[in-house]
Amino acid sequence: MKNSHEKVEKHVGWFFLVTVLAISIGGLVEITPLFFQKETTVPVDNLKPYTALQMEGRDIYIREGCSNCHSQMIRPFRAETERYGHYSVAGEHVWEHPFLWGSKRTGPDLARVGGRYSDDWHIAHLTDPRSVVPESNMPAYRWLNENVLDGELTGKKLETFNWLTRNRSHKDEQGNSIPLYTQAEIDGAKDAVKGKTEMEALVAYLQSLGHALK
Amino acid sequence: MSSFWNIWVWVLTLGTLVGCYILLRWCLKNFAGVKEGESMGHTFDGIEELNNPLPKWWSTFFLLTIIWAFVYIAMYGLGNWTGLLGWKSSNQGVLNIAESKAKTAKYLAKDSGVLVQYDREVAAADAKFGPIFEAYAARSIEDLATDSEALKVGQRLFIQNCAQCHGSDAHGTTGFPNLADKDWLYGGTPEAIKESIMNGRIAAGMMAWEGALGGDQGVKEVAAYVISLSGRSVDPELAKAGQAKFGMCAACHGPEGQGSLALGLPLGAPNLTDNIWLYGGSQRAIEESIRNGRAGVMPPWKDILGEEKVHVISAYVYSLSQD
Repeated sequence: MKNSHEKVEKHVGWFFLVTVLAISIGGLVEITPLFFQKETTVPVDNLKPYTALQMEGRDIYIREGCSNCHSQMIRPFRAETERYGHYSVAGEHVWEHPFLWGSKRTGPDLARVGGRYSDDWHIAHLTDPRSVVPESNMPAYRWLNENVLDGELTGKKLETFNWLTRNRSHKDEQGNSIPLYTQAEIDGAKDAVKGKTEMEALVAYLQSLGHALK
Repeated sequence: MSSFWNIWVWVLTLGTLVGCYILLRWCLKNFAGVKEGESMGHTFDGIEELNNPLPKWWSTFFLLTIIWAFVYIAMYGLGNWTGLLGWKSSNQGVLNIAESKAKTAKYLAKDSGVLVQYDREVAAADAKFGPIFEAYAARSIEDLATDSEALKVGQRLFIQNCAQCHGSDAHGTTGFPNLADKDWLYGGTPEAIKESIMNGRIAAGMMAWEGALGGDQGVKEVAAYVISLSGRSVDPELAKAGQAKFGMCAACHGPEGQGSLALGLPLGAPNLTDNIWLYGGSQRAIEESIRNGRAGVMPPWKDILGEEKVHVISAYVYSLSQD
């Protein structure tokens, strides 16, 4: 009997092709349909775009690697929702690029941290975490108080988010997308953040987290 | 899920399972042209290759995993079909809290045919803990503050939610009030404490006074007078000049600096005569407060914790300042 499997075993090109085909099936079944589901493309009712200052704060959150130790994803377990609030739903995150869900909790989850503490607390805590939480092993981020934003790129960031979310923003009566940011907001973005410290931006971002699901 | 994606998922999944089975059957065939267990007819360094089939235990387990896949699909469903258990981990896809609650109520009904794991877990916990909190809610805060069981519950909730600012011993720190003494900004009665936690407090906000006081000298004068109020010794000349300017401060802190609470006003302006200092009592700290102003914020907790838990925390906080 002829062994036609030999063709795959002895030719690396064929072997590569068939392997890619085999391992792509899982993704095709589990990931691809999600790109087209209501759950993952329709924003929750109260989702609001980040303000220019919050957008800059979000970039500082990314720069400082906050998501290495803090998740933004409350799982549907009672032990989590008792502490953090309603579990996260996909509709809260449809405008996030990239997602900041994180995968590790050295510190607590931050998905709904907005409004839980005062601005003063966040500033004290980011400047010197142990001044308010003696047991904390979070690093201090003192330089955020000193670095001042120039806002050169803020408008561009808002424009980019308009483009990234063009198919999944809120819709008007005709079903047309409403852009996240108006031209006036993009033009005013630089003035909105110029002269503010990075601390102010990051605190504004943190205070904005988790209010969308109401 | 639209029918297209439903079919997509079904076809790919079932196709893969059937494909795996066909591949297994195919690989179990003898292609070598030699009987099983006999030599393939070549030797390298004295090592001879025999035509051995795939081990029986291995191919049997492979087959069992394929059968298990069908069992799993039957139980937990595939695509739009929810399976025989009707199981879901949570109500993903809700667009607001009201919708989330409506779905929870709908699927918790016995005949819904849908089993939402998270909702079941919460319902089971509510059945266990709900009556306890309900019983606490029916009692007054003063009464609860004498119940050691209730205070334990209150302390756990305090440590989890309040200790970040007020400290795990509730003694506070610079800028965050001590709750274990008898000095209150908004009142230490059970009702005032509960109101503070439920709806939060936003201090009327002390403005930056440097301009109004005529620069640095004015700040120093008022600071000296404020320090003298709690009986500490200061330069009497400075304090006297400060006293003349204190009228502006009296609107919130009272003519004698006794604080807004003594005046019955919800402004959160501290008592300046008791030598308890929220933002530090050194000359420098007091000057800083006068120069740049202060505004403490207590966030509202009623939506995060709900009234029943706030009631128990209130009792715990109230108990701290009772002898």
